[in-house]
Parts: sequence; structure tokens; C-alpha cells
Amino acid sequence: MSAVLQPGQAPGTGASTETDPETAGVTGLRLAVRRFTRNRLAVIGLVVVVLFFLFCFVGPFLYSTDQTHTLLHQVNLAPSGSHLLGTDAVGHDELGRLMFGGKVSLLVGLAAGVLATVIGTLWGAAAGYAGGWVDATMMRVVDAGIAIPALFILLVISAISNPGVSGLIVIIGFVSWLVPSRLIRAETLTLKNRDYVLTLRAIGGGHTRAIGRHILPNSISTIVVAATFQVADAILLVAYVSYLGLGAQPPATDWGGMLSAGLTAAYSGRWWLILPPGLAIILVVCAFNAIGDGLRDAFDVRGRG
Amino acid sequence: MTNAERSAAAEPILELRDLGVTFTTETGEVPAVRGVTLQVRPGETLALVGESGSGKSTVALASIGLLPGNARATGGASVDGEDVVGATESDLARLRGSTVSMVFQEPATALDPLTRVGAQIAEVITNHRDVPAKEAAAAAVDLLRRVGIPDPERRASAFPFELSGGQRQRVVIAMAIANDPKVLIADEPTTALDVTVQAEILDLLRDLTVGSGTAVLLVTHNMGVVADFADRVAVMLKGEIVETGTVEDVLLRPTHDYTKRLLAAVPRLTVAEQGSERAGVQESPAPPEPVVDLRDVSVLFGRGSRAVRALDGVSLVVRPGETVGLVGESGSGKSTAARVALGLITPSEGAVHLFGADLHKTRRRDRRAMRSGIGVVLQDPVASLDARMTVAECIAEPLRVHRGRMSARERASRVGEILERVRLPRSFAQRAPRELSGGQRQRVSLARALVLDPRLLVADEPTSALDVSVQETVLEVITELQDELGFACLFVSHDLAVVQQFAERVVVMRLGRIEEQGSTRTTLMHPETDYTSRLLAAVPVADPVRQRQRRAQRLAAAAGGSDAVA
Repeated sequence: MSAVLQPGQAPGTGASTETDPETAGVTGLRLAVRRFTRNRLAVIGLVVVVLFFLFCFVGPFLYSTDQTHTLLHQVNLAPSGSHLLGTDAVGHDELGRLMFGGKVSLLVGLAAGVLATVIGTLWGAAAGYAGGWVDATMMRVVDAGIAIPALFILLVISAISNPGVSGLIVIIGFVSWLVPSRLIRAETLTLKNRDYVLTLRAIGGGHTRAIGRHILPNSISTIVVAATFQVADAILLVAYVSYLGLGAQPPATDWGGMLSAGLTAAYSGRWWLILPPGLAIILVVCAFNAIGDGLRDAFDVRGRG
Repeated sequence: MTNAERSAAAEPILELRDLGVTFTTETGEVPAVRGVTLQVRPGETLALVGESGSGKSTVALASIGLLPGNARATGGASVDGEDVVGATESDLARLRGSTVSMVFQEPATALDPLTRVGAQIAEVITNHRDVPAKEAAAAAVDLLRRVGIPDPERRASAFPFELSGGQRQRVVIAMAIANDPKVLIADEPTTALDVTVQAEILDLLRDLTVGSGTAVLLVTHNMGVVADFADRVAVMLKGEIVETGTVEDVLLRPTHDYTKRLLAAVPRLTVAEQGSERAGVQESPAPPEPVVDLRDVSVLFGRGSRAVRALDGVSLVVRPGETVGLVGESGSGKSTAARVALGLITPSEGAVHLFGADLHKTRRRDRRAMRSGIGVVLQDPVASLDARMTVAECIAEPLRVHRGRMSARERASRVGEILERVRLPRSFAQRAPRELSGGQRQRVSLARALVLDPRLLVADEPTSALDVSVQETVLEVITELQDELGFACLFVSHDLAVVQQFAERVVVMRLGRIEEQGSTRTTLMHPETDYTSRLLAAVPVADPVRQRQRRAQRLAAAAGGSDAVA
């Protein structure tokens, strides 16, 4: 904007250029894409995530394996031409299992991350917009929630209820909406005092319209960035829970469960049961974080937490 | 005899030769300054004027080597014989703060909020001179005294937030003059300040520079400040200097078309010649029922002993078709009063009547209907429009709120109609606000305010962020539409000249109270209260000869009023 041209000037005097050659012709979206693509790591992250999704959801059609029955004739085979990553203790092909388990990890991570962001956005926007004691009460709830480690709550609930995939999504979604709610509240606090919101209220426009048409659309960049980090966190949380045996139950599995199952094998040199799921978790989580960083640059929003 | 004459013979202390500055941005190279050549001699004040985007601040920053990293300077700039453009950072650091120093626009951000002001001044001294800390601290107190801070010994240990805006700017000036610089660069040094404070700061700068032979490069958009302070003027347009000359020549006998247009657009404050009598007050016989009526309204912010009384017993009315100007300095409560009239702030005491009905006693549904009779234009052209909407969506928003049954086609045709009314092409409807200039955006805001044919327009500093030429068109459009549509207007402004041109009645506010009100002609020509007189006297007019007289009168009056001015 003209702030670049007039470094010493207040926004008030800088805003009045009759023609603004810099921004004319370049849309915000194109600029955002350009900023995103300049972040090499973010682009790599995006590629990694896309590849993993293809691997887990399209892969099984190209490389079909039996992941339900126990196949005693092929237990604990080392990687070879017929089993590229070997087999595990019950004879499941490890490469196929990586796809099979990845489905759960990615699905739960994505859905739980989005759920957490949606809850957090609604809660934060409501608190920030209402202000006063409503805001104070709602945010103290968030503070209290943050004081209790999410993992602890997650483990307790999983231990009691032994959830399936949808259960995991709901539980993880409900324990990790706190951070996004803080971000969105902060965003709402500044947006609700923007002149266009004041103008709307002065002419009698309703609160729903103010939040729905102005505040949420304008915080979309913060929401998207928060969502990306939430997905990464959720994938990790699923892995923790399943590693402790409280997540997806056999024959279903996910990457965390695979790690757990392979743990005993690690001491007997069967690395193919540990490294692939471990690397998959690390790669996907790092990739999502990189995408989040790239989006943050692209949208020019503040950091997390 | 004058400074200008005395210094005409001397060698220039600040010299720019064919200076060019180009910014590299994400969307390509932007030339901001081209071929600027100018000289400032010791003891002389050169004002660099122009509208926003003209490159005047960039020239100032280039002269002290403070351009941002994405800027590239070409040509030459030298201070006291030392080249700035090609200089290394260590050479620049030696120059800055000792040979050449800078006064920034916003004193609130120019000072470190966590360091005591005395220490900040002392730091400037020890940066350049090898003096013991105790001596530097004493020098800092001395400087605070020189810039007119009362009780400097105690004030030296104050934090910036404990000082008023004017005092903070005095501290910034103290830092700038700490090492007796030969060149002082002042970038809009009074723009963030109220007009009475502006007059004091300009007086201070004059006192400090005239005697000592300091050269001043003053960057400003305010022709009144130029008339008050400068010896010579350089007018910038689109990165180039279009006219240079003495202040009398440029302001009174401009030769370049652009300068003429610029000066013609400056709103002039008409002031009474001394000794002329106050005209008899004539009130119209039977005033019609007011569209908005604030009765003894008080507003408290906060609770208990820490509550701030933003409004204190304010009563004012706006009658159909008339324009009422609400003027006052920052913190006077003028915007709060406007927001009370809009129903955005509920008064703690008193009543607000809108179109004859009590705003806070009507039922919710009726209140909504009442509000469709109000249009609003606020100050900031950027924040006024939602960047995620098109111009058409912005303008149509009141229609969606109040005329829910309108079809999309009716809405589109209404939007096109109102766009033409504010003198914008219909094709603007599909543009994004970002593609529009500040003046165009304010006209879109105006279109949104008028799309429901309101009976009352509340305009809170609608042109304060605009250049004078743009301000002129926006005010013209408002006046024209008011004649056509007959809405009443509550016009909040800090600019007395604009209010004088634009409003029939004026309400002067100070510290949450109404100081005086009356017809614009009588109140602003023959003010009844001392405060309004001081406010008027502090406004600099864009005529160097008359401004000199006004300044002399103001200073004489201040001296006469003895120690009333602190």
C-alpha cells in the first residue's frame, strides 16, 4: 500500500492517494498465492500432504493387500520384492498397512482439526463480539481448559469410552478448540470496532449480520491458518492415543497404533515395522506446519497461540 | 535583516542534487522521487509541500539516510559537505543526531515507552559526545527546560505515557536539538497535534532555530503551517518538484498550475478584522421540530472512581435540512456526542430524541425503523468499507437490512443511481474498495449512507484523512446532495475552516462540555468564550503576511493573559 511509499506518514494521510499504482491490477488472492509459493518449505509441505493423501486413499486400489485376516504363513517377513516393506507379526503387508492406517490418521486429523477450528471460531467470535462479562466468563472457561493438558483429558475419555474413528474425531475436536478460540477472539475484538461494523450497527443492522457478513469473512485468513496447525496437532494426538493402545482397535489401526505394535519388534531388528509409520507421522505433521507457516505469510496474519 | 536574507549568501548546508528514489515492491519497481534538486542554507526553513504520495517524506528520509531497505537512492544528497546517499552505516550514524536530526510526526511512537524521557535524551547526547552520565543527565534536564517543559527536573524521570501529546513532541524536539544540529528535518511535526498545541510547537521550533542558524527542512501538507514557519517553499507533485520560491511568492503569487489548484482547494478561515463588532443575533422565528435532539446528555466510561466523564450535560439539536458543525480538539467528546446521536453509545444520563421519539424508550422494532432514517460516514476511508465486499455490496448493505423484500435487480439499479449521485461511474459497482482512492472510497461511504434517503447524515471527520483537493470534491458532493435531498447533517470536524464553509450552525466542545454554540457566522467570527477565541487564533492561515500579524496578535494576547498558558 502507500505505506511503503510514505514510510513516515500516518495511515490517515497516506490513504488518500488518488491513484494507487501499486495495488491496482493485482488481486489479493494472486498476491497471497505469490507469497505462498515464495515459501519453498510451504510448497514442499503442500506436495508432501497431497502425496500422502494419494498414497493412503488411492494407493490401496493400486496395491491391494489383506489387512483383516491373520496370515500366519507370512509373519515377520523382511522387505522383499513381494512385500516392499515386509510384513508384521500377524502377516499384514506393511506397505498396505501404512496406507490403511494412514487413512485413519489423516481422516481423524483433518476432521478433528476442522472441528476444533469451527468450535473455537464460534466460541471466540461470540465472546469477542459480546464483550463485557460474557466475554470474561467465556474466556475464563478457555483459560481453565488450557490449564488442563489436552492429552490427559483425551486419555481419560478414551480409556473410559473406547471410541471408534468418529468418537476420536469428536473427542480430539472438543479438547483442542481452545487455542483457535483465543486467536479468533483477538481478531474479533479489532474487527468489531472497524468503521464498517460501526456503520452497520448505526443504521440498525443486526448482530448476526455483523458477525456473519463482516467479522468471520474478514478473519478467514486467521481461521485457515489456525485450522492448518490444528490438523497437524490432531494427527499427533491421534498417534499418541493409539500408541498407548486407546485409539483405533485391531484389526483397524493408524500410524500411532502401528508404532505401538511394532515396538517389541524394534529390539529384534525389524526396523520396517517402526520407521515407516514413524516417518509418516513426522513428515505429515511437519508438512502441515510448513503449510501453516506459508499461509500465515501469504495472508500476513499473526502467529499461533 | 531577515534570516532568509542573512543566509542567502552562505553556503548551503543541506544539498540535494538530482535525487531519485525507487522502491522495489512485490508488484514491481515504483519510482517515488525523481530529479529533486534543492538547497537549504543555514538559518533557513525550507518547506516541502505536496499531497500524499508526492514523495515529500521520502525526500526527507533520503536526506538523513533513513530510507527503508527496499528503497534505492540515486543522485546526490549531502549534509554539511558529507555525502549521505553513498555513505556507510557508521558514517550515517555519526551524522545523524549530531549534524542532522529528525523530528517525526507521531510523538507517541517516536519515543520508547519503557524508558524515562530524561534517559532517552541523555542517550542521544552520549551517543555522540564522550561525557559522563551525570553530565548528560543534567544536559537532558536543561534541554527539557529549553523546550518549555514545566518542572524539568521532575519531568525528566517521567515515562512518555505520563506526558501529553504536545509535551511528548517537545521531548522529541529536545532529542533532535540535543547536539545542536546544523540541519533539522521535521516530517509533519504538528500533524498529529491539536491546533492550539500545533501553534505552541511551531513557536518553539521557531525560537530554537532562528537564533542558532539551524537549517530546517519542514515536510508538511498544511499550507497554514508553511505560511507560519517557512522562508522558502518547494512544491512536490508525483515525485518531482514543480515550483520553488520564497513563501510569499509561492503562497501569494503561485506560477505553476498545480500550486494554484492546491492553494485554491485549501479551506480558508474567514476571521473578523480586529475591532469589528459582533452582528446582532437573529434566530429564525418558529424552529421546526429537530431530527435529533440530545438533552442534557452525560456519558461515563468505566465504573466507580476510575470512570471518565466523556460527555457532561451536553444538549444540542439538529433541525431538518440544516448542517451543524461539531468542533473541538481531541478528547473534547465530539465523536462521542455523534455516537450518542447514532445510538451506538447509551448515555448514562439524559435523553436522546431521534425524529421526535426517545431513542432509548422505543421498542426494538421501531428503533430499527428509526435507524433507517440515518446515514453515517466515518473518518477512515480504508476501514469504512469491508475489503471483502464489492462496492455494490457495500452500498447495498442498508438496503438488505431495511428493504429485505427488494429484488436483486431493484437493488442493483438503486446502487447505480446513488453511485451517479456521488459522481462515481456506475461501472464502479463491481470494483473492490481496494482499487479505489481515498476520496473515491469516502464517496462510496457517502453513497451507502444516502442509499435509504435518510433524514439525517452523521459525518464524523469525513474528510480529515483526505488531501485538500480531494476534500474539496467530497464536501462539494455532500453540499450538492443536501440541496437536492434535504437531509440534515451533523458534521464532526476538528477543522474550523471546513466547518465555517460547510455548516450553518456550530457547536464548540471542550472536555466533554459544550463551550458555546450559535450560527457559524457569529460564533466563529465573534466568539463569546475565551476558548473559542484561542482556538481560532491558533489556526494558521495560508497567507504568510496575514499569518505573521495573527501570530503577533496571538502571542500578545497570550502574554496579556499572563501565565494562563502552561
